[in-house]
Amino acid sequence: MNGVKIAFLLGALLIGLASFRNNSVTQYSSAKPPFRADTLKKDAESGLIDAPNLMMVKAQCTACHSSKLILQHRFTRAGWVDRIRWMQKYHKLWDLGESEKVVLDYLETYYGPASMSDKGTFRRPPMKQVKWYKLEP
Amino acid sequence: MGKTYGMKQPIFNRRGFLQQSTLATVATLAGTSIIFADKIPPHYRPLAFDYDPLKGKSPEMTVLGDKPWNVEPPVHLLDDAVTPVSKMFIRNNGLIPTDPINPATWTLTINGESVKSAKTYTLNDLKKRFKPYTYQLVLECGGNGRAGYQPQTSGNPWEQGAVSCAEWTGVRLKDILADVGIKDDAVYIGYYGKDPHLSQDPTKVAISRGVPMKKALEEETLIAWAVNGQDIPLEHGYPLRLVVGGWPASTSGKWLHTIAVRNKIHDGAKMEGHSYQVPIRPVEPGEKVAETPQNFRIIESMPVKSLVTYPKTGAMVDIKKPLAIRGHAWAGDRSVAEVHTSIDYGATWQKSKLSPPKNRLAWQQWSAELAFPQPGYYEVWVRATDDKGVTQPMVIPQWNPGGYLNNACHRIAVKAVV
Repeated sequence: MNGVKIAFLLGALLIGLASFRNNSVTQYSSAKPPFRADTLKKDAESGLIDAPNLMMVKAQCTACHSSKLILQHRFTRAGWVDRIRWMQKYHKLWDLGESEKVVLDYLETYYGPASMSDKGTFRRPPMKQVKWYKLEP
Repeated sequence: MGKTYGMKQPIFNRRGFLQQSTLATVATLAGTSIIFADKIPPHYRPLAFDYDPLKGKSPEMTVLGDKPWNVEPPVHLLDDAVTPVSKMFIRNNGLIPTDPINPATWTLTINGESVKSAKTYTLNDLKKRFKPYTYQLVLECGGNGRAGYQPQTSGNPWEQGAVSCAEWTGVRLKDILADVGIKDDAVYIGYYGKDPHLSQDPTKVAISRGVPMKKALEEETLIAWAVNGQDIPLEHGYPLRLVVGGWPASTSGKWLHTIAVRNKIHDGAKMEGHSYQVPIRPVEPGEKVAETPQNFRIIESMPVKSLVTYPKTGAMVDIKKPLAIRGHAWAGDRSVAEVHTSIDYGATWQKSKLSPPKNRLAWQQWSAELAFPQPGYYEVWVRATDDKGVTQPMVIPQWNPGGYLNNACHRIAVKAVV
């Protein structure tokens, strides 16, 4: 009886763990789809995705540095927090106060890591976007 | 704290200004009238008024950022043995100086704990009192190739073009330091330039790095006023800069006005944290490493590296004729001993012709002729080996938090056609 109980509990635990894993994966791809930057409207001046909190991001971030420092990167929320702390430590970035959450929500939503296939997990991915031309001798 | 942004801040502080300026939009700043002009702190200058460093550059350059300016050429633009300014990468940590520069009144001061007494020279003094030298010197950004690292790291995602080998003219730093008089406890030099910090706060330094005395006193370490026989262009440090070949180009301070001779490792801006530093021990990609001196070392000589600069990637070539390819190879403080190419993903390698460097710390030219066994898609890979037998990896090397020192082999795509 005890053995059955233990097996049952163990099974439940395993299923629980497995579903937790599944959840975390599906959350990434369905509940929070990685937005494709090229399908969303962009702010003409900065190139950043034109979403409700764009003006806050421009006030807190691109007042001091190029928007390309955002556009070129895909970080997790924790990764973006690290960048903000680094700028606060070395570059006189102010305390963002309540607007930090707003900025992080925006960055996490639109500039989080894209799906792994985006860049590939290869140590050297296949060459992409080769523009072929006829080499004249 | 309120939900209206900026309105509760006093407008006279910087933060308040920035928030107001966002309401006004940067477009307005570029116009003829500047909203809140009377409220702008005295040292704040809107970006729209800045100098355009792209004017003298090839239209094929890639702009990674314009605040600060960071620009690199695609690799095929680097085909010249001596890199013209028009194809030279631009790397800035701060802003390009906007104050007018008068070379007649420009001075270089040598000070610091380890000088016998501080001394100041005019640019004219330097030209007249010391013997000038000209060297071809490789300047490569420590983060060149950063785009290849996964997971992505902070910093500009340079591809492989943040390198140049131009002909620099100036005086030897060692000659100036001998004239000044250096104490026995000198350890390091640290430079200071006129580039404003990104925040335009005059009390902040954008970048102030340096090198140990041994490197500072090398014959090729120059205080330069000319590149390729002309005045140095503004974006490359006009009118005076330090040029330290073979080490991260961030050690070659631009808009140079002061060199401090330090009795300890220089502690200027960008000498801290993981800036231009790599972990002492190998780390797992993405691993967090506490930024302490026990965990990190300052990057010194750059590693062995090579590029295929001709042809441009994507060449469709006649299979009946041999394909002549060429490029450069360099190895920081070392020289390059051998260069090989492969058209079968490294299964076999063919030795290339390799020329000696024009002078120490210059890059070397290699060339080869390739024959393709059958029509189809090929990748031409190049791999250099330095004089200590160290070679380039084909895969991306050791990941590090700053994304430095990616010296993985360069390759181009080629189609052999009938």
